[in-house]
Amino acid sequence: MSTAAEELHHDDHHHHAPSGIKRWLYTTNHKDIGTLYLWFAFIMFLVGGAMAMVIRAELFQPGLQIVEPNFFNQMTTVHGLIMVFGAVMPAFTGLANWLVPMMIGAPDMALPRMNNWSFWILPGAFTILLASLFMEGGGPAFGWTFYAPLSTTYSNDTTALFVFSVHIMGISSIMGAINVIVTIFNMRAPGMTWMKMPLFVWTWLITAFLLIAVMPVLAGAVTMVLTDKFFGTSFFDAAGGGDPVMFQHIFWFFGHPEVYIMILPAFGIISAIIPTFSRKKLFGYASMVYATTSIALLSFIVWAHHMFTTGMPVAAELFFMFATMLISVPTGVKVFNWVATMWRGSLSFEVPMLFALAFIVLFTIGGLSGLMLAIVPVDFQYHDTYFVVAHFHYVLVTGAIFSIMAAVYYWLPKWTGKMFDITLAKWHFWCSLISVNVLFFPMHFVGLAGMPRRIPDYALQFADFNQWISIGGFAFGLSQLIFLALLIKACRKQGEPVTDQVWEGAEGLEWELPSPAPYHTFETPPVIK
Amino acid sequence: MAQQEYEKYYVPDQSPWPIVGAVALFLIAFGAGNFVVEQTKGESGSGGWILTAGLVTLIFMLVGWFRHQIHESMAGMYSAQLGRSYRQGMAWFIFSEVMFFAAFFGALFYARVIAVPWLDGAGNNAMTGEILWPSFEAIWPLVQTPGGIETTAMPWTGLPLYNTIILMISSVTCHYAHVALEKNDRKKLKMWLGLTIVLGCIFLFLQVEEYIHAYTEMNLTLQSGIYGNTFFLLTGFHGMHVTLGTIILIVLFFRILKGHFTPENHFAFQAGSWYWHFVDVVWVMLFFFVYIL
Ligand code: HEM
Ligand SMILES: [Cu+2]
Repeated sequence: MSTAAEELHHDDHHHHAPSGIKRWLYTTNHKDIGTLYLWFAFIMFLVGGAMAMVIRAELFQPGLQIVEPNFFNQMTTVHGLIMVFGAVMPAFTGLANWLVPMMIGAPDMALPRMNNWSFWILPGAFTILLASLFMEGGGPAFGWTFYAPLSTTYSNDTTALFVFSVHIMGISSIMGAINVIVTIFNMRAPGMTWMKMPLFVWTWLITAFLLIAVMPVLAGAVTMVLTDKFFGTSFFDAAGGGDPVMFQHIFWFFGHPEVYIMILPAFGIISAIIPTFSRKKLFGYASMVYATTSIALLSFIVWAHHMFTTGMPVAAELFFMFATMLISVPTGVKVFNWVATMWRGSLSFEVPMLFALAFIVLFTIGGLSGLMLAIVPVDFQYHDTYFVVAHFHYVLVTGAIFSIMAAVYYWLPKWTGKMFDITLAKWHFWCSLISVNVLFFPMHFVGLAGMPRRIPDYALQFADFNQWISIGGFAFGLSQLIFLALLIKACRKQGEPVTDQVWEGAEGLEWELPSPAPYHTFETPPVIK
Repeated sequence: MAQQEYEKYYVPDQSPWPIVGAVALFLIAFGAGNFVVEQTKGESGSGGWILTAGLVTLIFMLVGWFRHQIHESMAGMYSAQLGRSYRQGMAWFIFSEVMFFAAFFGALFYARVIAVPWLDGAGNNAMTGEILWPSFEAIWPLVQTPGGIETTAMPWTGLPLYNTIILMISSVTCHYAHVALEKNDRKKLKMWLGLTIVLGCIFLFLQVEEYIHAYTEMNLTLQSGIYGNTFFLLTGFHGMHVTLGTIILIVLFFRILKGHFTPENHFAFQAGSWYWHFVDVVWVMLFFFVYIL
């Protein structure tokens, strides 16, 4: 190495946290970028939540009450898109940014500048999506699944903006995933062997693989929608030899792995929290790794369980039914292992543990309703009813989102160096837990009774249940403001200082670092025992 | 792995370029979204300008970012570990491109094997054919759509065959360029790389010829039903990738003229050549599934 290089190199290790707006715009620091991702996700969570409030206000009573049907459809569509691509996925990426380098003993992510780019293109993408709501014809109204011909023949002109904003979300996710995967492959400290990696790292590794494999397929799907709508192709139009059913195949080939993208990191989080507060090692570490891997692989061959009613040969229906049910096996292994970890542990119930416990119970309910939906003849009745809405909100809200909240409560003291406001946190937990069940549990019943999803009006007999659902919805929405208050307090560094280990039973590299974690994590590689 | 390697953990410095790139992508997406509508509706608007501004910003960003990166690399600031990160990152990027093409190949296979036969009553869909389009006949290439659009199929002989040969040779010349670089034979390196670029340009030229021929003489257009759709989207996206690959190779060529790259240290070259091999493999698949079969 030349001396000039050494100087440059030397310089580099001494730059300190820059301040002001440039710190955030130019940053290459995994912690700063993680924070940006997490705040962005939380803001999107509130925006998407506000749309859910509009939906629930409209459905409070039968009949058209508050909004136009077309606007109602825009709300359900953009709510779904924002929650999936703007809230859950960026939140997990933010957690990966903060935690993966600390957990594997790396100084930062492998490709720090690309890391910055992959974050900063997101606000632009969502600006475009949200702006389209205010344009002529309104925003997308075809559901987050944008089935053709709803998104082609029957959509409005802002579909083009929708397509390009989804492209950017995809680019962002792919770059984020490449970063995670390369970091894990290439930046582990000496001695951090594969089977010593914390499960959060493992689950994110596999999530990243899924992302790189399926986000490009989504890009292909939106591209074909664009050309069908604007350039006269007929991929999804039978008159030209195409097929609208083909859209669904392509979309769900992306879509089903996508739902696992939104739950695998959650599995990793829960696998970190449960042992800490049970003061025991995780039960069946290796089986957790294999279960995660097999879930990911199986997720590529189950997509058509979303299409049982759209038209497929019987043999295909059977294949996708059994393949789907097969996924419950590794999922069951996981739930079993968490419960076995707690068995005879000395449990304590700090806030992260409360969320983790709620996750186990409520996610399992979502898994079981998924199993019901996987049965072809049964799904013929349940498909496109509120039962499906109940299913995916149990796995996504009480699953993915509860795990994100658990993670924030678990690692926040490590990030800020201060304990969060425990009273507020407990209020947040109990209010959320109760309201979320008032909100989503009755959806099972109205769904089984035949109430279709994605409509602004419904038959009179569903009125009582829908009122309960709406009340639960408003309460859940308000409960999140408690979380907002708590986070603001935490970011202003209020609260009691914490020790390096923070939680009595916590194990892992990140708990050996000082609290708050220093701006540059490991300047030299740590020793892994 | 030696402890040594890890002791020079290198964390790249802050950089303004990503944020410029974010602005560029925002302008491109917003501009393109409006431009597409304006074009197809024949309206006038600012979409095209915004799109152009975005593209210019993107090029500005790419030039700036790469210059910065090259400067740092030439100063010897990068560690072996960072080099590995770049290589792995590039490999995963190419994997994502493979999946992007897989979506369109998937559409092609689905249309051929399932959608088109079903329209003619295959499987248990006898009534679909009878009721909707009784005179429709399932053949591939689909030269007459159920809706009645007629077109002709592109034969695999002639231009497509020449193009296949050209691109396959270019893969070989690209490989020889790499070998020459590793042997530090700069003269041969320039020759082989230059030849690769020339072949890439010839390919693109012939591709344009083929498109002109298809549009003017064969009545084969993007609107010609599923055959034309898959034909033009697959070859079109491939052509865009060849264009990008050629530009990358040209940039590499100029860097080589300036004396960049050593037998040990040439990530950019390696990435470029991987990319080139990737577009070649895609073309072989294309030639087989789109043209021959
Ligand atoms: C035991 C595991 C699971 C099984 C067997 C399962 C099964 C199913 C089935 C069969 C459907 C289609 C229902 C219909 O449309 O008629 C469905 C829908 C859905 N599932 Fe699951 N699921 C499981 C886990 C999950 C997880 C973990 C997530 C996400 C974190 C998830 C998210 C969704 C979503 C978002 C939909 C609805 C998509 C839409 O139509 O908008 N599922 N699930
Ligand atoms: Cu699914």
